[in-house]
Amino acid sequence: MVGARSRVLVVDDDPSLAEMLGIVLRAEGLEPAFVADGGRAVSAFREVRPDLVLLDLMLPGADGMQICREIRQESLVPIIMLTAKADTVDVVRGLEAGADDYVVKPFKPIELVARIRAQMRRTDTDHPETLAIGEVSIDVAGHQVRRDGTPILLTPLEFDLLVALARKPRQVFTREHLLEQVWGYRHAADTRLVNVHVQRLRSKVEIDPEHPEVVLTVRGVGYKAGPP
Amino acid sequence: MTSSRLSGSRTRLQGVLRELRLRARIAGRAAWRHYRRSLQLRVAIITMAVAGAAVIIISVILFDQIRTQQLAAKKDAAISQADVGVQYARNQVVAVPTGDPRSIRETLQRTVDELRTRGGSAGQFAIVMINRDTPTPLTQPSFAGLTPALPADLIATVGAGTQARQYAVMPTEGGPAVPSLVVGAPVPSQAGSYELYYVFPLDQEQRSLEAIRSTVVVSGIGLVVLVAGIGTLVTRLVVRPVRLAAKTAEQLAFGQLERRLPIRGEDDLARLAGSFNRMAASLQRQITQLEDLSRLQQRFTSDVSHELRTPLTTVRMAADILHSARADFAPDVARSAELLQTELGRFEALLTDLLEISRYDAGAASLVAEPTELGPLVQGVLATTEALAQRRAATVMLRLPDEPVIAEIDSRRIERILRNLVLNAINHGDGGLIEVTLAGNDVAAAVTVRDRGPGMNTEETSRVFDRFWRADPARSRLGGGTGLGLSISREDARLHNGWLQAWGRHGEGAQFRLTLPLVQGVELEGSPLPLEPGAEAIQPYDVVAAPAGTRP
Repeated sequence: MVGARSRVLVVDDDPSLAEMLGIVLRAEGLEPAFVADGGRAVSAFREVRPDLVLLDLMLPGADGMQICREIRQESLVPIIMLTAKADTVDVVRGLEAGADDYVVKPFKPIELVARIRAQMRRTDTDHPETLAIGEVSIDVAGHQVRRDGTPILLTPLEFDLLVALARKPRQVFTREHLLEQVWGYRHAADTRLVNVHVQRLRSKVEIDPEHPEVVLTVRGVGYKAGPP
Repeated sequence: MTSSRLSGSRTRLQGVLRELRLRARIAGRAAWRHYRRSLQLRVAIITMAVAGAAVIIISVILFDQIRTQQLAAKKDAAISQADVGVQYARNQVVAVPTGDPRSIRETLQRTVDELRTRGGSAGQFAIVMINRDTPTPLTQPSFAGLTPALPADLIATVGAGTQARQYAVMPTEGGPAVPSLVVGAPVPSQAGSYELYYVFPLDQEQRSLEAIRSTVVVSGIGLVVLVAGIGTLVTRLVVRPVRLAAKTAEQLAFGQLERRLPIRGEDDLARLAGSFNRMAASLQRQITQLEDLSRLQQRFTSDVSHELRTPLTTVRMAADILHSARADFAPDVARSAELLQTELGRFEALLTDLLEISRYDAGAASLVAEPTELGPLVQGVLATTEALAQRRAATVMLRLPDEPVIAEIDSRRIERILRNLVLNAINHGDGGLIEVTLAGNDVAAAVTVRDRGPGMNTEETSRVFDRFWRADPARSRLGGGTGLGLSISREDARLHNGWLQAWGRHGEGAQFRLTLPLVQGVELEGSPLPLEPGAEAIQPYDVVAAPAGTRP
């Protein structure tokens, strides 16, 4: 990290946990900012302009999902949810609201840091490279995706997911493989992450998400890119 | 050649016959099923049969009575008319002098003509007088062909001197032969023995009897149809509400708890509908209550989860920082930091398991199943348990079938079950060989995990899935299990409509078997792998292919 330290906005109502998170983040060379009140989360986000958001799903004053959705509307910043529930419904709802990844309480500091690093790493690529799947063209260095010349806004995670598929057009990726490559999980993790993000990616790049042509499902195995 | 063709056509014929028989049996069975299933049809058929039998019996008796009476009246009239005729003829014949055949013939002819003009209550008739000894009739018969048609045995009886009658089919004048009543009587005289025959055709009676018969038949059929129709209608009145009740009960069973029966009138059916509705209401109330309770429990679980987990996270992070800095502490403090760390791990695992099982208790667990290949999943689980296996000096052997086994599963839960089983086997296997076998058939997949530890007896096998139950407390603590692992695993298996079963024998180790349907919504009927390990010890352990389609 050269120059300004990366800022992390912590949205959590528990002061002890927030303080503890601060200690861990600072030890990792990150600069934390805190907001305890869910109602002020979005305005704090606009002030701080963080590089990543740590968002507790259960907050007084506002629904974590709602905050997630509002932040996602104005920014592509990586969002990691802190959740006490690993239940299907909650996690999937959070991911659908726009979160990139989640960490289930109680988590180890090293686990949290690994997730944060995995989300922040994805912003740097320099050598020019252009990929294409069907009508969709991807400028890897310029971080731009276009369909018939019209730019499509993707979050860094969605972008990485698309690039990963596009770089090996004939390969079928298992969900585990994608979790490792795109999310940076070393061992088995929740494959729902992949499912939800593929759905979100499809809703942006496909003409008809019900009949995908860019990101194809390979039943029983995983996903692959459509023909270039 | 001929015989072979013959036998060929015979077998063909037999085939056709067999098929016909089969079809008839199928049709018969279908009709019988319909008969058994439809109360309405049954009532219609039974009323039709009963009414039909009654109508037939009554008609037969009635018709017989009418016929007997009509014939008796005709007979009486005929006989009295014949009597009168015979009396008149006798008087005439007595007056005839003997010896002059021509005058005798004339007298007789006159008498017969006179008799022929006399009518009577017996209706139309034909008349003839004959002498047995002369072949030609003494008088002109009413029409030609009458005399030869007279029954011979009647002639014999009358010839013997007695009056007699007989029913016979006699020709008519210019018409077809009809059943008739023939009455004969002797007319004695000095000139010889004459016999007078009256023939009363019964065609009118026959016509009227036929008319009566067709009326009886038509009205009988009409009556039967009417009775059957009334039966059907009445049953319909009863069956319709019953069918409606059955349909509503089915809808209730499928969860449409607000379904009720309409109540009309105050009869038995209305009472049935009333009781049915009260039952449905009470069911609905209880189910709603249970649902509320379940929701409350779920809510509580989720709240406890959040309230406990947040401080635990802080403690966990703090303990981690202390733990990583323990090299700088005094030995006692450093050891405390280590203990804090490990016990927090246990605490966390216990909390996770408790919350998981309370989710199951609250009925809040839901299955999100996807077609998943089981081979790589099992391999993945073994990769995560490898480190512990090495520490315990246990050898884990995996047998996979040649064909991939794909089942609709929630991979997170199935991984959890398998990890549990494998960790269990490592912890209880005493460093012996652990065999993990995957197999599948058309409908189910199974994974067995076998260890060579001290094993379990039947009582222990039955309790192994109980919460916090430990076969050997000292051993389990060593493994760091929470005592809930197998209970949760069994719930996980149940959520998939699968089975999780245990087998054990002292000194021979234990085997756990997980059986899952390949497609959700299919009831399991068997498992591709036996629960009890085969009696033969599988000696060469380098066998890697498990049988793909074996059944227990």
